[in-house]
Amino acid sequence: MAEKLEAKHSGATWLAARKIEHAATTDPVELCFERGWTDGLPVTPPTDERVIAMLKGTRRKPDETVGKIPPNLVDCTIEKVAINAVMAGCKPEYMPVLLAALEAALEPVFTLHGVLATTYFSSPIIIVNGPIAKRIGMNSGINALGQGNRANATIGRALNLIVRNVGGGRPGEADRATLGAPSKYTLCFAEDESDPAWQPLSAARGFAPGTSTVTLFQGHGPEAFVDQKSRTPEALTKSFAMSLVKIGHPKLVQSARAVVVLSPEHYAIYREAGWDRARIERALYEATIRPGAELVAGADGVGEGIPASRANEQVPKFHEDGLMVVRAGGAAGLFSAILPGWLAGRNRTELQPVTKEIRP
Amino acid sequence: MNNLSFLRDPTAETEAVMRARRAPPASLDGLTLALFEIGKTRSDEFFDSVEKRMAERGIKTRRYAKPTNAKVAPQEVVDRVVAEADLVLIGLSD
Repeated sequence: MAEKLEAKHSGATWLAARKIEHAATTDPVELCFERGWTDGLPVTPPTDERVIAMLKGTRRKPDETVGKIPPNLVDCTIEKVAINAVMAGCKPEYMPVLLAALEAALEPVFTLHGVLATTYFSSPIIIVNGPIAKRIGMNSGINALGQGNRANATIGRALNLIVRNVGGGRPGEADRATLGAPSKYTLCFAEDESDPAWQPLSAARGFAPGTSTVTLFQGHGPEAFVDQKSRTPEALTKSFAMSLVKIGHPKLVQSARAVVVLSPEHYAIYREAGWDRARIERALYEATIRPGAELVAGADGVGEGIPASRANEQVPKFHEDGLMVVRAGGAAGLFSAILPGWLAGRNRTELQPVTKEIRP
Repeated sequence: MNNLSFLRDPTAETEAVMRARRAPPASLDGLTLALFEIGKTRSDEFFDSVEKRMAERGIKTRRYAKPTNAKVAPQEVVDRVVAEADLVLIGLSD
């Protein structure tokens, strides 16, 4: 009601975004489609009342600039973020997460322009850590990578809508994806931090315990990993490696990173053996090192592969910092997930995941 | 009763400017051709071959490169191409 009154009496004067007038008889949802403002799904029409309510989710001023959004490199204000958040279906309390995600995406080392423009499948994947995830009702449990949770669904969607609407990044224009992926609509989830023995992703990336963060990863997915029979960490690690080496192509190496989303039942095998995050990540890295002779172009009659000059090397699939393990998922199911990264990681120092603290 | 409603524009409120494409020159004689690598694998092989062919035809070339295919070209590199060359050939693929 407060927003309704504010919109009626003053919203029209202090909101800066252009008004798009339409006849009262026009369906505003259809108008959003006609204007090209949607990702193909209906959006919530950004009325003054809704935008004003959304802006109450952050302490930051509506005219403050967050950064320049690629591909058109135009300034994006908090108000424009709020408008797109309304359209994506966000609640005001998601704004701090969305703003942190946007700031992470705009770090040069995230290469958002490239992620958008690539012919590959990638888009920003958002992983949320810390108390804010529970506070806003994010899902890290059953179906964490799937549908049905408003915060998971709409925060990721809002980030992609900002790139589309503010940055001008549209499929067939700057977005040159050959096939794309459903994860380009949204892929956002929280890490399961219920086990105090587990080091959350945020802590592994240098943030103090209890800090709420977003980690952005350039990838797509998920791809399924099934192992219902391995019962030791060594066997499970070898098993994971058999799936991880297939990312992109089994004979491509040291380009894509990967996130391993470790389900509770698979995690239990590691936990009972006393393996922590660092040990799991290191063991997965080592288990994906293979003889170069098997990977060279032409080997096994397959044209794809690494240069023949590397035939005598032991070749890792990933860079040493190329794997991130995240815990999520429902209690039942010896299934985990792999989120393959963008193949453009040949120069790993210029293309990295980014973690940012979430501030009010 | 008010017959109009309105929404707030979610875009950057900018307009694209359409520019006509410059006509390609009738001849490359006397012109400098920029060979621009975007950082993709084997770009160098491709441009080595182009450079050789152009040299055989007496056409002057200059080589330029982006540091990485994952990012847009630095403005300084674009400015150098504009200042030093008449045409640019960009190799886009692996």
